[in-house]
Amino acid sequence: MSSVRVLVGTKKGAFILTSDGKRKQWQVSGPHFGGWEIYHMKGSPVNPDRLYASQTSGWFGQIMQRSDDGGKTWYQPGLKPGEPEMPAFPATAPNRFLYDQSKETGKPLTTHQWYDGTQHPWEFKRVWHIEPSLTEANTVYAGVEDAALFRSADGGESWHELSGLRGHGSGPHWQPGAGGMCLHTIILDPKDPDRIYIAISAAGAFRTDDGGKTWKPINKGLVSTQSPNPTAEVGHCVHHVAMHPSRPGVLFMQKHWDIMRSDNAGDQWREVSGNLPTDFGFVIDVHAHEPETLYVVPITSDSLHYPPEGKLRVYRSRTGGTEWEALGNGLPDRDCYVNVLRDAMAVDRMDDCGVYFGTTGGQVYASADSGDNWAPIAEHLPAVLSVEVQTLQ
Amino acid sequence: MTNAEPGAALIRVVLPYHLRNLAGVGAEVSLEVAAPATVRRVLDALEARYPMLRGTIREYETGQRRAFLRFFACEEDLSHEPMDAELPVAVASGKEPLLIIGAIAGG
Repeated sequence: MSSVRVLVGTKKGAFILTSDGKRKQWQVSGPHFGGWEIYHMKGSPVNPDRLYASQTSGWFGQIMQRSDDGGKTWYQPGLKPGEPEMPAFPATAPNRFLYDQSKETGKPLTTHQWYDGTQHPWEFKRVWHIEPSLTEANTVYAGVEDAALFRSADGGESWHELSGLRGHGSGPHWQPGAGGMCLHTIILDPKDPDRIYIAISAAGAFRTDDGGKTWKPINKGLVSTQSPNPTAEVGHCVHHVAMHPSRPGVLFMQKHWDIMRSDNAGDQWREVSGNLPTDFGFVIDVHAHEPETLYVVPITSDSLHYPPEGKLRVYRSRTGGTEWEALGNGLPDRDCYVNVLRDAMAVDRMDDCGVYFGTTGGQVYASADSGDNWAPIAEHLPAVLSVEVQTLQ
Repeated sequence: MTNAEPGAALIRVVLPYHLRNLAGVGAEVSLEVAAPATVRRVLDALEARYPMLRGTIREYETGQRRAFLRFFACEEDLSHEPMDAELPVAVASGKEPLLIIGAIAGG
């Protein structure tokens, strides 16, 4: 029988929630890496027991962790406990994210726009998002702050920047959002291994069609009214992007404000916010088996990061946007002032699709029936930063 | 001080809680460090024995101390001393430990 494993990254550690296919009874393991910020954890689609985790701290910096047994034990890639003591520095450097400054790129960008409009050097801060390859368990991508995309082909033992992204030429116009200048979304095209989508706050979305060598901004149709040039090529605060694997050219976006849709791989976007009570928010995701069924969690505004009227609601569209229905069965009806951060929603692939999201109040909610009914599966965790789900056979 | 190679000293280092867990050690570790003992040599020895600590105490690229960490010894703050300055005799002799401290920061 199938089972489900939910990977929850929080402000104070990682938690792994497991259940059988009924998704009624949940076991919670953790905290793993107690006291550390776990920005993201994700499993390899090729080998579900291979998990990667981004462990960070303002004091101690970035640590990359790997598990080969579904999260029971962890180690830094290349530095497995119990191996012989290193006589000198090992060749592996799982936590080293060095921006490409080489002449070979031809465009060793060194600055981006700072809050005051001046140029500021790129400074690595943390890994926001990990995206394991769809075909190789040892290949994995990392989206980092300050925004850049890195790739490892050795299971996380070493990382190399795909510098064509920063070399696009628009880099000096990228600027940090309130949460930092982070590359937070990485989407791998299951039908075209050379196509990757990424999104950056606050630069926008980009696409490569040649495996990461060159990139193009894909922000036409986005309108950011707070900006001096609302339709600029870059400078949009994209919060998250989602895609259904059966239709890689169809993208859905939660922008700072606005729910957007593209039917041509991001070349053009149109707004599908429709009847939502507010189209500000962070998460967006797509039903596992219905490519036109979407989920968002509306948040009051960019000044009020909590649900409208204190009612926590997921909104679902079964029409690819524009027409939305509120889903609240089992969710708080009053006095709820949590946020749901950009990487904190996921779906499982069970026959009856499960939907999951985590809150800054430390609750993880799940629905085992496509969103019709909800229940908390963990209630008193630290603030949730990310939620990923694995459907296991 | 005993058991060190000639020309080397056993230096005691106290790590902060999270780095102890990361390295899988107790509060204090002893490291053989070539004389004269300096912060840089102690950190080189520490990271060689516990490579999982690389990048957590000093920045990968610059080798500089991370902003929210401090080096204390013998009731002195050594954080702003040059990395190649000789450590106090009491530390070099193993009588006193070098303390690596996480700054009280945040709220």
